Amino acid sequence: MGASLFLGRYPTPGWISLERLNSDAMAQSLVWNLRAPRIVVAILLGASLACAGAVFQTIFGNPLIEPGFLGVSQGAAFGAAFSILFLVNSAWAVQASAALFALLGLGLSYLLARRVRYGGWLLRLVLAGIAVSALFSSAVGVLKYIADPLRELPEITFWLLGGLSSISWPRALSILPAVLLGLFVCYRMRWRMNLLALSDETAFSLGAAPGRERILLLVAAVLPTAAVISVAGMVGWVGLIIPHMARRLFGADGRYALPAAMLIGAIFTVLCDDLGRTLFTGEIPLGIVTSLLGALTFLILMMRPVNVKGV
Amino acid sequence: MNSALEFDHVTFRYPGAARPVLENFCLTIEPGARMAILGQNGAGKTTLLHLALGWLKPQAGSIRLAGKPLSAYRRQELGQQIGLVPQSEHSAFEYSLLEFVLLGRAPYLPPLAMPTEQDVAMARRAIQQVGLSSLETRSILNISGGERQLVLMARALAQQPGLLLLDEPTSHLDLGNKVRLMQLLRECSAQGVTVVFTTHEPEFAAAMATHLVLMQKGQILNAGYLDEVFNGDNLTQLYQAPVTVVELEGRKVALW
Repeated sequence: MGASLFLGRYPTPGWISLERLNSDAMAQSLVWNLRAPRIVVAILLGASLACAGAVFQTIFGNPLIEPGFLGVSQGAAFGAAFSILFLVNSAWAVQASAALFALLGLGLSYLLARRVRYGGWLLRLVLAGIAVSALFSSAVGVLKYIADPLRELPEITFWLLGGLSSISWPRALSILPAVLLGLFVCYRMRWRMNLLALSDETAFSLGAAPGRERILLLVAAVLPTAAVISVAGMVGWVGLIIPHMARRLFGADGRYALPAAMLIGAIFTVLCDDLGRTLFTGEIPLGIVTSLLGALTFLILMMRPVNVKGV
Repeated sequence: MNSALEFDHVTFRYPGAARPVLENFCLTIEPGARMAILGQNGAGKTTLLHLALGWLKPQAGSIRLAGKPLSAYRRQELGQQIGLVPQSEHSAFEYSLLEFVLLGRAPYLPPLAMPTEQDVAMARRAIQQVGLSSLETRSILNISGGERQLVLMARALAQQPGLLLLDEPTSHLDLGNKVRLMQLLRECSAQGVTVVFTTHEPEFAAAMATHLVLMQKGQILNAGYLDEVFNGDNLTQLYQAPVTVVELEGRKVALW
């Protein structure tokens, strides 16, 4: 990840040398003001999305779930757009609004799933999540329609594409508290999380408060997700695929799978961003690289035998 | 001496249900007893276990564990006192047997703590007790239904409860494993653990239990010592199909 600082297209595509960095003020400013915050956000983004994916998959007992399925990502995107359009366009306001609507999206999916009269709980949950996501995404469409095409529209469109090209230090630092707090809580609950994957009565019989603890863990996972989405837009596939990789490599136990997911997610996203900004003169949006690389790695991993650990 | 568990005029109805599952239900379970609960499908056996666990809360009446209402216990305390072996358990992920059984130690750990070496050793011993040591590192998705039932038993053993609730513990077990489970439950009971289990196999109940409860539509049809209750008339009435009980080499067997 440190090496990424030296990787780019200035002065020539490829690596920048240390001597050059020492003598060239332009290079210094570029590395410090553009690349460094960008890499920091890539790390936070990868860790947050992978962590949220791992938490969601475990708690809902479904390896096919990620925050995007349960209205969280679309909710956050809507919150960000809403804030730009109607509230203050400051980093904090956008972030808070994104977090609020992400939680709202999750809550709505959950409540709807309880009322749907079709199929088992997991199917209902995914169905409700898809409906809520669609609802939010159409609402984003409406916001785009009424947005000022010169001032606000470009900014909103940016979220829907997903990318790290406009990251600056103030933006990177603004999401730090929410991300670190959320990741810390998830990390501390990494063994407990296994318990919350069990049926309600079994979790209860083992001394847990399944309802309350699940909500706490979900909120802790949604908070960093909404924060990174508020600065980097929607980046797909990380939340779905990275937890699978982590479980394949380190076993299902949250003690190992969760930190592994965070770490692999961070490395993976930095790598994808490196590729996205160095391969061509123009930048490839991060979401495209993560989808491409993620899907390929995923397929290769899925064809290998599983690693089940002792303890 | 206090009873291990006591249902005192308990009424329970699921939200939205027309009729209560249990109505004015009374039952006393002595400490160290091995109590079998027999009844038709839908008689309320599993509901009874979930009430005993404290997971479901009665709308009327009270349930007391060692003389104290369940509602007066903290969750963690209940987790240390009462173990549950569910009929089956779905898992979407490839936990190893050891990781899974280790969850039985959760009631003894604060919510954010990690299991210690000692917890791991206890989980190992529980796996050894059910005879699955050779599968310790195997994925729980990669074992047979019977082995999974034994894993659930091992998790409850790692929990070291004073009251063990088992929901149809033999439904997937072959004969050898049934015998093994029976020995295990007898050992637990010899150490003072109270064992309550539901079953659809009268023979298992007859071989295993000291006490028997026959349940019909949320009511007790008959309850008492095994010898008093386990007879052809009672079982015929319970299952509404002709059953006779014969004694073979000192054991009671239900014929149908």
